[in-house]
Amino acid sequence: MIVFDRKLDVARGRIDLSHGAGGRATTRLAHDIFYPAFANDLLAAGNDQAVFASPAARLAMSTDSYVVSPLFFPGGDIGALAVNGTINDLAMGGAQPLYLSASFIIEEGFPFADLRLIAESMGAAARAAGAMIVTGDTKVVERGKADGVFITTTGVGAVAPEVELSGERARPGDCVILSGGLGEHGVAVMIARQNLGFGAGIASDCAALHELTASMIAVAGPSIRLMRDPTRGGLAATLNEIAQQSQVGFKISEAEIPVKPAVAAVCELLGLDPLNVANEGKLVAIVDPVAAPALIEAMRAHPLGQDAAAIGTVIEDRHRYVQMETKFGGRRIVDWLSGEQLPRIC
Amino acid sequence: MKHVDDYRDGDLARSLARLIADTVLPGRSYAFMEFCGGHTHAISRYGVEDLLPASIRLIHGPGCPVCVLPVGRLAAAIDLARMQPVTLCVYGDLMRVPTARGQSLLTAKADGADVRMVYSPLDAARVAEQNPARETVFFAIGFETTAPATAQTILYAARKGLGNFSVICNHVLTPPAIDAIMATSTDGGPPGLDGFLGPAHVATVTGITPFQSVAARHSKPVVIAGFEPLDVLQAILMLTHQINDGRAVVENQYRRAVTASGNRLAQEATAKVFALRERFDWRGLGVVANGALRLNENYDRFDAEKRFALSTPTMSDNPACACADVLRGARKPAECRLFGTVCTPETPIGSCMVSSEGACAAHWTYGRFRDPADRPRLEPAGAA
Ligand code: SF4
Repeated sequence: MIVFDRKLDVARGRIDLSHGAGGRATTRLAHDIFYPAFANDLLAAGNDQAVFASPAARLAMSTDSYVVSPLFFPGGDIGALAVNGTINDLAMGGAQPLYLSASFIIEEGFPFADLRLIAESMGAAARAAGAMIVTGDTKVVERGKADGVFITTTGVGAVAPEVELSGERARPGDCVILSGGLGEHGVAVMIARQNLGFGAGIASDCAALHELTASMIAVAGPSIRLMRDPTRGGLAATLNEIAQQSQVGFKISEAEIPVKPAVAAVCELLGLDPLNVANEGKLVAIVDPVAAPALIEAMRAHPLGQDAAAIGTVIEDRHRYVQMETKFGGRRIVDWLSGEQLPRIC
Repeated sequence: MKHVDDYRDGDLARSLARLIADTVLPGRSYAFMEFCGGHTHAISRYGVEDLLPASIRLIHGPGCPVCVLPVGRLAAAIDLARMQPVTLCVYGDLMRVPTARGQSLLTAKADGADVRMVYSPLDAARVAEQNPARETVFFAIGFETTAPATAQTILYAARKGLGNFSVICNHVLTPPAIDAIMATSTDGGPPGLDGFLGPAHVATVTGITPFQSVAARHSKPVVIAGFEPLDVLQAILMLTHQINDGRAVVENQYRRAVTASGNRLAQEATAKVFALRERFDWRGLGVVANGALRLNENYDRFDAEKRFALSTPTMSDNPACACADVLRGARKPAECRLFGTVCTPETPIGSCMVSSEGACAAHWTYGRFRDPADRPRLEPAGAA
């Protein structure tokens, strides 16, 4: 390990352009902030790549970039989001997370202290999930060319042999299960961003879902057609995507869809529909209806699935509409939003 | 948010629906126009039609400020922002409205015009205050509901002596719009029309008095109705009773906010700053006499049309766009040949598909699953 004579002044110092130049300052940043936070030997070896044995016959791989604003919000921060988000993309394919990479684009002047908080939150999220951040990169751009920090994570996970999940596998008659209440992430970020004088107590649902999915697969593996996490665009976008991929329609029931009263109230005031708002710790599963009751029971036994509910069924529909029976007693379509409802939500 | 849920309660809705079903007379059909885009939106979003008997038909009305704005006036504002060193402040709903030349405020902004979205006219006045060396123009739209805020902002600008602030006034009035609809056909408006769900927010400002003469003139009942789905159902029940009883009066369903005489302060501000506009070319309804507002002589230094000698080009809509018919209640959105094929919220041809209060947008977003696969697609009246 390289030893530097002087450590970074993490409490008061700030990123400057030299920290992204690939020289001594870049290495020192990695040593003083990222290595301790991510704490694993593969990373600390300091190579340009991590080398590891493949633990499974099939691997899943996924990548995502995170530009959320603000960087810190109730229930999480960009670091936890970047790790959990990629873990969730792996988990939706039935994979258990193993290794992650993390790439940072940092704005000149960004405080080391904030970067360390973010890195520690990433390390903690990875450890909690039994995964390691084993490689990474840092670039610095001039002030005004980025907004604090942008993070890209890539993950690799092991897929169990019996698991076969894919977006085109939904078929008419299947049951649609939602793991819990909608809209918490998007609303928490909105509140943090706008400094709204209301909505206190609403936190992002940012969480890693691989344990929940593992317990679901253990109970109903072959009966699960697909899983997906309704992030940007919310449940509405997710169901419409699946409808297109599987060439089916949906019939869902508003009364069955869990939304916390506080979240519903803020959505009402902001003119948002919880069905379009982003989630970071929820999933939708499409399953054989025969397996649904046991699966819901297993989900409810896990803290991240305790409000799991069957919210509707897959139907035949050549228009691929997602139809909803409203609580009011009528019917309507649940459509994609045109354009961006809430930019930079993740 | 208990109180909002109260106005959307499924059990109450079902009991109201049963009352309506028991009230309609066998063999009689009913057609009611919901005046406002807010009503149209609630009806589509909550699926109100599913709770109505087949003999009640709802017809969309013209109460969407963005939809009734003639594109020529928007084009004039876009030209102003492109050609002159001005900051143009608009409501966000207008940004994507297409003009005949394929331009919108959004494309003008992308090309470098200084177009800003504001939430209120006062925000626009603040832009003017912060940039004293630059002209700031506010593009005002809306019915009697939003005119008072524009008026108060002009009074504010007068008090502050803002010399770089002006307004393009496109405020329009509700009673003349109802008159215009009733004049669209010789039998008085859309075929079979029995009555109106009247505008709740407008009536909050104006009171119900102005609607009394409307009801009397056309012998049609008007029920001022709120924008929650239970409000709509209740107003439909009230209209049905009036029809059955042979009455044609104004009734107030929206008692929680509407009074007989309305909001006097708002009315005074409007009266102080504005005068009736002799002719205003409504999209869909055509030229309506005394159906809109302009700045009066005392405030014409804030009138952007005068300050920049704006002329409004006569500009017709895309000839295949049936918005005009939709706004008159003569066609349903799905009867436009472009609906859902060429015209969608991503690629709007008419403003009825852009505005959140537009009938085409509401039907596309919430209701298009109702259309039969072989729905008729009629040419708009008057199209080649
Ligand atoms: S569907 Fe589009 S083109 Fe047709 S009337 Fe509506 S806005 Fe106009």
